[in-house]
Amino acid sequence: MKRVLIALGLLVIVAAAIGAAAWPRAEFIPASSPAAWAATPDNIARGAYLARAGDCMACHTARGGLPYAGGRGLATPFGTVYAPNITPDAQTGIGAWTADDFWHALHNGIARGGRLLYPAFPYPNMTKTTRADADALYAYLRSLAPVRQPNQPHALRFPYDRQIVLAGWRLLYFKPGVYAPQPARGADWNRGAYLVEGLGHCAACHSPRNGLGATGARLSGGQIPTSGWYAPALDADHEAGLGTWERAHIVQLLRTGVAPRGAVFGPMAEVVGQSLQYLTDADAGAMATYLTSLPGAAAPRPPAVPPADAVMKAGKQLYEHHCADCHGADGRGTRIAGQSAYPPLAGNGALTMADPVNAIRIVLNGGFPPATAGNPRPFGMPPYSPHLDNAEVAAVVTYVRNSWGNTAPSVTPPEVDRWRAVPLD
Amino acid sequence: MRLPVFRSALPCAALLAALLAALLPAAAAAQPERGVPDTLAQRVAACTSCHGSAANPPPTQGPRYYPRIAGKPAGYLYNQLQNFRNGRRQYPLMTYMVEHLSDDYLHEIAAYFSTQHLPAPVLARSGIPARELARGRELVLKGDAALKVPACVACHGQRLTGALPAIPGLVGLPRDYINAQLGAWRNGTRHAHAPDCMATIAGRLTLADVAAVSGWLASEPLPDDADPAPDVARPLPLACGSQPEARP
Repeated sequence: MKRVLIALGLLVIVAAAIGAAAWPRAEFIPASSPAAWAATPDNIARGAYLARAGDCMACHTARGGLPYAGGRGLATPFGTVYAPNITPDAQTGIGAWTADDFWHALHNGIARGGRLLYPAFPYPNMTKTTRADADALYAYLRSLAPVRQPNQPHALRFPYDRQIVLAGWRLLYFKPGVYAPQPARGADWNRGAYLVEGLGHCAACHSPRNGLGATGARLSGGQIPTSGWYAPALDADHEAGLGTWERAHIVQLLRTGVAPRGAVFGPMAEVVGQSLQYLTDADAGAMATYLTSLPGAAAPRPPAVPPADAVMKAGKQLYEHHCADCHGADGRGTRIAGQSAYPPLAGNGALTMADPVNAIRIVLNGGFPPATAGNPRPFGMPPYSPHLDNAEVAAVVTYVRNSWGNTAPSVTPPEVDRWRAVPLD
Repeated sequence: MRLPVFRSALPCAALLAALLAALLPAAAAAQPERGVPDTLAQRVAACTSCHGSAANPPPTQGPRYYPRIAGKPAGYLYNQLQNFRNGRRQYPLMTYMVEHLSDDYLHEIAAYFSTQHLPAPVLARSGIPARELARGRELVLKGDAALKVPACVACHGQRLTGALPAIPGLVGLPRDYINAQLGAWRNGTRHAHAPDCMATIAGRLTLADVAAVSGWLASEPLPDDADPAPDVARPLPLACGSQPEARP
């Protein structure tokens, strides 16, 4: 009996010890000095650049709202999370926050006052940001005009609205820690890794999420919750395909939105338009260096059942009528005045991924790449949802997925129908 | 005699194919120039596929919804592009189109369409009850003092082709489109810069009046010269944020 009690007691102690070790204790790293977050032009400019790199404004600004005043709702499978006001208003923003408070939120995912933050705010990525960069961001946000705009409470379903559930989630999936450079990889690679894994929070979309909304360790592609777009794997040549791209073309895509091998669309148009176009060539290049170094996941593709001849024939006819003027009968796209105007469809991974959602939605909705300094007047693609029925869209998408060397499963009219009704926003 | 030629050509073709395959990434990188014109018209093909162009005029048969944008004042068109981008107007496809375009580019696009001229199909008057047409005509040309609704022509010009810089023409629009806009103002889903004069006016109209106005407007032909009026009588009957003016 005594032995059993001792054994039980030991078990409890060991379990408690493991729990304590695993518990993501809030890490504190002090500022190097108050000068690190002082309102100097230098700190503010550096913070503004980092805020662009982190695309903070995209979530912390509602459509038509004032920058950084919050209010944009992020739909998640657990309910809607509303981004807060991060202007320096004392009552409704972060005007009362100290530099340490800000660091605590960015690094530990804990708001001033101890409230745990939802990882819709990508602090599992932001935690990699250095204290010096966090301080510059703080200096920049403090320099904004304060906006009095109360935060909208989150609309999360039970039990996801409970802090205790969030604490459990953090125990499972979050560990604070600044990015640890790998000296063997060199400065360029490390800078890229720091931006991609940290502020850039690429994994928020480009990594699969599990049932509890946690992202994986790899940038292996993922369905963006609720919006339906598929963010391609950045480590697989048959999806984003970056491994076979020239570094200069990746930089071009990130900074201008268009490149000889593809153009950005959907949510990535926002990321380039609001964030990546403002990066220096050196930083975009560092990101390219890191991304192309990711171990390639050359997943063997299941043998595609060849599409029906009748569908391919119908698709070809539609393609020649609606698409070939711009993308070319040879699918190689078109350059106008020395710049890529219409992306190639031959060898374009965006079209041939197993999940055809992006290809379908591009045909249905068309759209413009973002206007950027490097491509201020982009060429647009007409939306075909008003002009083609589901069978026609399915045929033309099947055709481009299976021509010029492309191979991918056929697309069916019901798949098109499914995306016709999904709102774009 | 042809057979041996084929025999020797086959390995050559295979070799060529293998070479081409090896070259594919480089070939794909070098995009061809195809003589596609470097014009704004080409850049905004995404707009004209619905709104029409000289080469792709709006359909004269069947249901129509997309509004005429050709020849509307640039100030008005720019305001609308901004409104879609900022959520003051709700049409997800339009928001998706303009969401990531710059103010400069939107200005250029608005100016371009303001200089275009397109014929607009006209709704047949024969299908509309005479009483409804008469009420529509009355509201458009005279307004209704009891409802405190000014005449449309008071702001949109005597010829209803709009007025510079930012008042749109009302002729050459599909009836469904006019109904949808007045409905959206009544329901608070369409907004303009405050004070939102059209929201006020739409709120004073009954649904029957909305139908009467849209029926008359959609069946009124677009004049050959559809240029907006240089200006209208000031002050406007109601203050409009889209067309700011000094008011006493």
